[in-house]
Amino acid sequence: MLHLAVTAPAAPGDPVLNIAIFGLFVAITMVIVFRASRNNKTAADYYAAGRSFSGGQNGSAIAGDYLSAASFLGIVGAIAINGYDGFLYSIGFLVAWVVALLLVAELLRNTGKFTMADVLAFRLKQRPVRIAAAISTLVVCFFYLLAQMAGAGGLVALLLGINDRVGQSVVIAVVGALMILYVLVGGMKGTTWVQIIKAGLLIAGAGVMTIWVLAINGFNLSTLLDSAVETSGNPAILAPGLQYGLSDITRLDFLSLGLALVLGTAALPHVLMRFYTVPTAKEARKSVVWAIWLIGIFYLFTLVLGYGASALIGAERIAAAPGGANSAAPLLAFELGGSVLLGIISAIAFATILAVVAGLTITAAASFSHDIYASVVKKGNPAPGAEVKVARRTVVVIGIVAILGGIGANGQNVAFLVALAFAVAASANLPTIVYSLFWKNFTTQGALWSMYGGLASAIILISLSPVVSGGEKSMLQGVDFAVFPLSNPGIVSIPLAFFLGWLGSVLDKKKESLEKQTEMEVRSLTGVGAEKSVAH
Amino acid sequence: MGNDALNVEHSSGHSAAVFRETQDSEQFRRLKRKHRGFVLPVTAACLLWYFTYVLLAGYAPDFMATPVFGRVNIGILLGLSQIVTTFAVTMIYVSYANKQLDPDAAAIRDRLETKEGVR
Repeated sequence: MLHLAVTAPAAPGDPVLNIAIFGLFVAITMVIVFRASRNNKTAADYYAAGRSFSGGQNGSAIAGDYLSAASFLGIVGAIAINGYDGFLYSIGFLVAWVVALLLVAELLRNTGKFTMADVLAFRLKQRPVRIAAAISTLVVCFFYLLAQMAGAGGLVALLLGINDRVGQSVVIAVVGALMILYVLVGGMKGTTWVQIIKAGLLIAGAGVMTIWVLAINGFNLSTLLDSAVETSGNPAILAPGLQYGLSDITRLDFLSLGLALVLGTAALPHVLMRFYTVPTAKEARKSVVWAIWLIGIFYLFTLVLGYGASALIGAERIAAAPGGANSAAPLLAFELGGSVLLGIISAIAFATILAVVAGLTITAAASFSHDIYASVVKKGNPAPGAEVKVARRTVVVIGIVAILGGIGANGQNVAFLVALAFAVAASANLPTIVYSLFWKNFTTQGALWSMYGGLASAIILISLSPVVSGGEKSMLQGVDFAVFPLSNPGIVSIPLAFFLGWLGSVLDKKKESLEKQTEMEVRSLTGVGAEKSVAH
Repeated sequence: MGNDALNVEHSSGHSAAVFRETQDSEQFRRLKRKHRGFVLPVTAACLLWYFTYVLLAGYAPDFMATPVFGRVNIGILLGLSQIVTTFAVTMIYVSYANKQLDPDAAAIRDRLETKEGVR
């Protein structure tokens, strides 16, 4: 998280230039979003972009959705300061996509319509399962959104040199308002284009910097590592242990985090919803393949950039800069290409926040209006057009909540919320997704026990952990009710949720419809009756 | 799909008997066997390989720090190899799915959608 020193030196570079480049990004994407939105009529248009994106486009959008500011600035900074342990973090984020590719993407595309709940409720009792899935979706999106918006405040200090709270709050509000506009006007189509453009810029920007750093070091990884060791004076940065190897607790904590990362990604509602924007399961498969290549290459870049920042700037200078570890990538950009490159990288960082919050907001709005309003409140028979209207209103509400939450949480240590979102997704969603796709005897009771058990245990454990109280960097200071020693609940909550799903099913006296199970199995593997793309 | 009015559109033309028949057919059973026979063990192997790496990083940092050439050590090579195996599994699965899964899935889908009138 961003620890802003009171006497922070002014940010390098030219804030006006940074804002100008970001303004250019906003202007270009706005034009594209307005043009793309002209055909937004039905729910399939608004939630799933008419299912008309290609695998390559959707894969880029997934990368744009997934590579948040935390993974760009955060991982580069973590490698620059803690060396190898930062790299360890990025490996989990990538390997996770194997689960999405092999177990989830295609089967989900074949059986669902707009939301994660479509798949979970397919052959179980609609009402209770949809409500549980929608709650979990909203919780994951809210945690993730809050972390992104609060992070925006720190980024403002770092990139625009705005250090007072009022100024930062204004910028958070502007980012939130832009996001509302994109999602309101553009729906999934607009959101997708913002994510595609941002992914292109982010990967290109990181790629240019990577080649630059490698060129300085004669395109030799060993030379780069050598100069990183020389600047830091600590060869330990090349091996694991600086961050997670401190004690048995920290080691277990990382294992717990790793579990949440690899199992959570394939169950993040905003990632799952992206699979509905392509016409077929085969395109969903291609999307993940594209996403894996883009994300994998990006994480290779971050390895070079992290050690590059460590070599060219030094961990001490990074830690002392405004924004702390998060300033590693911007400082490196300034070191390499002066204020112009810094301006470009800063604009990309803002675009990143914008694209990620847009994806989260449309997912949360779709879940509320499709799962709660249309399916539960209106029992599946909403008035024509009412569902999209509710979705748009929900976007405004979520946007305002995100702005207020972001302003309130600005400067607080809420970075753990991203890891918590992964842990909740892995605990509350993944077991039910896997069971309902692969286990014939899974029942409604099993799904409810698993979803609510996973959700509750993850949140209860995190509230009883040192990230909330009792530690130096805890969210709440001066109180200590941290009885759970780990900062990541996954190692307990994920197995518990799998166990509850099994137990709830075998103890369930009501058996589920065999017909529905048969239909789901045939449809998931063959794509019979899958939602078709909308032709305009 | 689903058991409410929301998805009535899907149920039109679908008969439970058609799905039952398909599920029992040799072609579908082969498709299911080939799909699960690949995705379940490969997912398990990837997770096992990832957690081996995480455990080595946590509990054997000295081993990970062993230099291989120049400053490049076993830890960095193992980390890079995680990325390489992820790419490799992705490409292998795509080629497997294209050759082994898609033809059967398409044949069953075409049969149901044209002959049986299931949309």
